[in-house]
Amino acid sequence: MDYVNALAIITNFILLPGLTYGSQLALGAMGVTLIYAVLRFSNFAHGEIMSFGTMVCILFTWLGQSYGLSLGFLPTAILFIPVAMFFTVLYCLLIEKYVFSYYREKKSNPIIFLIASIGVMFFTAGLIRFIIGPSDQSFNDGVRFIFNVREFKAFTGLNEGFGLKTSQAITFLMTIILCALLFFFLNRTRTGKSMRAFSDNEDLALLSGIDPNKVVLLTWIIAGGLATFAGVLYGLDKIYKPFIFLQMLLPIFSAAIVGGVGNPLGAFFGGYIIALSELFVTFAYKKVLGYILPENLEPSSMMQFLATDYKFSVSFIILVIVLIIKPTGLFNGKTI
Amino acid sequence: MFLHAENMLGGYGETTILNRCSVGVKKGEIAVIVGPNGAGKSTAMKAIFGMLNLIEGSVFFDNNDITALSPQDRVKRGMGFVPQTNNVFTSMTVLENLEMGGFTNQDKLANNIAEVFKLFPVLEEKKSQVVGELSGGQRQQVAVGRALMTNPKLLMLDEPTAGVSPIVVKELFGKIIDIAKTGIAILMVEQNAKQALEIADTGYVLVQGENKFTDKGSALLANKEVRKAFLGG
Repeated sequence: MDYVNALAIITNFILLPGLTYGSQLALGAMGVTLIYAVLRFSNFAHGEIMSFGTMVCILFTWLGQSYGLSLGFLPTAILFIPVAMFFTVLYCLLIEKYVFSYYREKKSNPIIFLIASIGVMFFTAGLIRFIIGPSDQSFNDGVRFIFNVREFKAFTGLNEGFGLKTSQAITFLMTIILCALLFFFLNRTRTGKSMRAFSDNEDLALLSGIDPNKVVLLTWIIAGGLATFAGVLYGLDKIYKPFIFLQMLLPIFSAAIVGGVGNPLGAFFGGYIIALSELFVTFAYKKVLGYILPENLEPSSMMQFLATDYKFSVSFIILVIVLIIKPTGLFNGKTI
Repeated sequence: MFLHAENMLGGYGETTILNRCSVGVKKGEIAVIVGPNGAGKSTAMKAIFGMLNLIEGSVFFDNNDITALSPQDRVKRGMGFVPQTNNVFTSMTVLENLEMGGFTNQDKLANNIAEVFKLFPVLEEKKSQVVGELSGGQRQQVAVGRALMTNPKLLMLDEPTAGVSPIVVKELFGKIIDIAKTGIAILMVEQNAKQALEIADTGYVLVQGENKFTDKGSALLANKEVRKAFLGG
């Protein structure tokens, strides 16, 4: 029974939150990796684009709520994700038109794109502070738990248990659906294949009659859409903090690079690798070890590898290790 | 002549690489450009395909002046080009490569794929394999197959046998003859000068961007001067 109790603690504090956070990172990282693969630059504005999408979703959710709209036990915000996606994609296309297309025509070095994207990042961050303000917004109005720890304990009779938050279930389900759709699109449809071809060999794609403008447009649509989902799901799971998205860039980029930048499948797994490692390293194992170890060996300290304040360093460490040992990432992406 | 590029003068920046050279090819025939390194063979191909702006000279294709057209437009007119390097989508499967080759030619896609598989049976066996994992010779077959997917009237090959084993070179040349027999004009640049001239209807020997010799392939092979200077005796 002790092992089951230990497992329940790990599920509650590492597995479920890790899979949820991992899904959010994966969605963000797939956008980053697609932009890198097709448009050939690292988009530092991606975090703020996620934030922008979430903000639009929150604004519409408020509007909907003022008309008495509700999805019952699900958060109302889900209803407005498509609307938020629409505005976010529109915003991405405006950026493309007024910022990046200029550099694309000039065939600028990717580093110039990167610097321009940092500009876009600051601009977007400012715009968001103007519209919704710098303070935190909680907009999850559904039922918080599908089942909580107490109910789980009562049901199974264990000492420990885990609860499943509605937001966790939604995040995980949506991520799986979105990824399935994305991979189907990229691998099975003619347009998706043309995107991969363009990413693989731009000159040859042009010779084959693939329209570069269409590919660029599609990439922004997909990246903007995924960013909206990533941001809204993160906000539903935790809280919407305009300031958090700058910090989220690091784990997102780590996820993309660990999986192999330019490879969407890599970004998908990279997200989970980063999220789970962050939680594994910063979790206090005292209670778990108390169940597993013989009584006299029970640890008196917290048994924590790193304080939670240092969780961002985990992404850094993984990033450095990957870049040294296998720069192409786990799934053979491009070298940066 | 089906394709006729005359008096081409051009290069990169200040230096000219092509110094008024002319090449051409008739329908169903094979024309081969040979010459020493740096003679401007590949540059001539690029110029004909519109990837290099000419200072002087013009390119006629199918009785039209196409000198001002972009490479993409030339593809639409019926030119197919297999570059020397990066001529396949390495991360995609053989079948996907062919599909991308026929991107603008959807109605005939299935038909054309069947044709390419008939010409290169090994590609059908490996159709689900990623091209990056294939051997050099098979890759070149994919590259040629991809170019054929647009139903070109002229196929331009820039050193199709570079980095390919001697046995495969022979096989590839055999395939190129097969392609020419279907009525497609073929213009190619080759390092394997002897073998290439053997199958050539017309041969052009280029030196420093100028036409040094122009004759039938067999005549060039018999020419003592050409043999001594370019074919190693």
